[in-house]
Amino acid sequence: MAGEEHIIDLKHVSKSFGGKVVLDDINLYIRKGEFVTLLGPSGCGKTTTLRLIAGFLAPDEGEILLDGRDISGIPPYKRPFNTVFQRYALFPHLDVFENIAFGLKLQKVPADEIEQRVRKVLKMVSMTDYEERDVDSLSGGQQQRVAIARALVNQPKILLLDEPLAALDLKLRKDMQIELKEMHRELGITFIYVTHDQEEALTLSDTIVVMDEGRIQQIGTPAEVYNEPVNAFVADFIGESNILNGTMIRDRRVSFIGHEFDCVDEGFGENKPVDVVVRPEDIYFTQKEEKTQFTATVKSCTFKGVHYEMYVDSDTGYELMIQNYDAYPVDSVVRLYIDPDDIQVMHKERTCNTFEGVMKDETHVEMLGGTFECLPQPDLRAGDKVAVEVDFDKVDLLDHQEEGELAGEVHFLLYKGDHYHLTILTEDGDHLWVDTDDIWDKGDQVGVNFAPQDLKISKRHEA
Amino acid sequence: MKRSHWSIPYAVFLGVFVVLPLLLILVYALQDGSGHFTFANIARFFSDSDALGTFAVSLEIAIENTLICILLGYPAAWILANRELNRSAVTIVLFILPMWINALMRTLATAELFSMFGIQLGKGTLLFGMVYDYLPFMIYPIYNVLNKMDKSYAEAAQDLGATPWKVFWKVTVPLSMPGVASGVLMVFMPTVSTFAISEFLTNNKIKLFGTIIQENINSSMWNYGAALALIMLVIIGISTMFTGGRGEAEEALI
Repeated sequence: MAGEEHIIDLKHVSKSFGGKVVLDDINLYIRKGEFVTLLGPSGCGKTTTLRLIAGFLAPDEGEILLDGRDISGIPPYKRPFNTVFQRYALFPHLDVFENIAFGLKLQKVPADEIEQRVRKVLKMVSMTDYEERDVDSLSGGQQQRVAIARALVNQPKILLLDEPLAALDLKLRKDMQIELKEMHRELGITFIYVTHDQEEALTLSDTIVVMDEGRIQQIGTPAEVYNEPVNAFVADFIGESNILNGTMIRDRRVSFIGHEFDCVDEGFGENKPVDVVVRPEDIYFTQKEEKTQFTATVKSCTFKGVHYEMYVDSDTGYELMIQNYDAYPVDSVVRLYIDPDDIQVMHKERTCNTFEGVMKDETHVEMLGGTFECLPQPDLRAGDKVAVEVDFDKVDLLDHQEEGELAGEVHFLLYKGDHYHLTILTEDGDHLWVDTDDIWDKGDQVGVNFAPQDLKISKRHEA
Repeated sequence: MKRSHWSIPYAVFLGVFVVLPLLLILVYALQDGSGHFTFANIARFFSDSDALGTFAVSLEIAIENTLICILLGYPAAWILANRELNRSAVTIVLFILPMWINALMRTLATAELFSMFGIQLGKGTLLFGMVYDYLPFMIYPIYNVLNKMDKSYAEAAQDLGATPWKVFWKVTVPLSMPGVASGVLMVFMPTVSTFAISEFLTNNKIKLFGTIIQENINSSMWNYGAALALIMLVIIGISTMFTGGRGEAEEALI
């Protein structure tokens, strides 16, 4: 399996398209023989990263090293990598054999060796006897196999796979996952795999690189990423989770949903606001009173095949998702506990919105591409640079973009047990975060306003 | 009213303006001057050395014109379809713009230019005029195919070790053949039957097949003229078969 030697290093790699930053200072190394998955929602930069490695794009900044040497100047046809494309890109004017032999013919490999290698690789992908077939006559799964064979026959140092299974149906996808994993074991070469499917990433990878908005959020083994997500985005993206606001009371003691729990995390400080993640399978039912940490009322119970999925309202009014092999009837009151090991405490990235602005006059501040009224600021003059803080729950969201001073859309949302935490992306590309009880959907167009008394303004000192 | 009834006006149009004239050509071609059935008109063509010679010249000119159009049109279409070389739609319009002006007028203007510069009219001026008239019909279908071609094919070829030159010859060119085929259809067929261009640009020094059809019809030799037209239709029909999958070639125009 994976050794310690790096085959690929990405150092401070950035890339923009038409002024929009797609990759922002990516640092990543890939070990020889590793199965690495770049995982993230669409637009997170994972495919761009793959295309940079393949050589179809050049980084704006930073360097890409292969075995320690910079390959920025090397065109894709000279890089010892091969790619399995998302829609396969099999040449329609060539049959299966000619497609697979394409790379070997370019290298002027002798005809009998080409024949031999193509047969071998066809056997590997279980497509023997398909040599003469027209690629258009193959099913999606068969085309996929030919695409993999076409890449592998060139014996690349690294196989790059760009969402190769996205177009296949579920059953076929699961079968191909197992086959890919076996191929990786047999060949011992490095696989770099791009997907938005977290389950696929967990199944296949030695290492998962979770990306969002052009940045790497977390790098780790599947177990690390699942059990110890570093932030709310990773926790939400990978698997089901309850993500809640909490307070770290002291080392190994955290409070959330109105109760205190023992945990295993240390070093957050005392009385610090944190995010807490509890996986739905980690909330246990008990009959014993002394084990009970809190009680809850079952609100719904759905059979999901292996387990039941229940939504419960805690005695303190928070909604939690629980998965269990046993079903508990709706409206019954249940006793629950959580093991200290299963509580994942994460630093809060921010506790309120902070914007940079400039005073227009005593009662107006300019920021985020708009002008907002604020309470009179006798200590500040027009033109003063200021920092403006707005609490998450003090942002007004309006149904119509034109009603707000700012226009934006709901970019990401988390349910935190008793309220929603939204990320709003404004038209100018700024982010702001909102706590609300109202229900919004991802992609909703919203107007944004602030009440004058909710802007907390302080003078910004140039560093 | 059933939906299929909507097609009635079109069926009538096709019948009156396409099928009927074709039938008339067939009927006239197989009749002598007094209305008796005969193959004599067709036989006459094969023994008429003048007509055969003109036919050979027409084919030669049409083939040369088509080849020149491919040689000039393919690179032009490739440049137009390449987003790095051509960022604006204006250039595409500029190439198609001449098609907005009546071909006859353009040809007359070209002839005037030749006489103004004192250029001798002949085969060279004829080919110049034909290429000028028909080049957009070659560029457009090739451009269409290249423009719609999935860029991932070229990337896949590069990924497999092909230099940009090899990518072009081994992937881009073979995949753009439907566009070339449809360009050939649109250039070759009308050049076989054209007569106006040769009239204006060679002063009828070079006669084309279309010219002798026109001459026969003009001098009321309807039956022989119709037979020549019929022969030309058959030749064109055969030539379209050589351009391979007609479906693909037609797709290139959409």
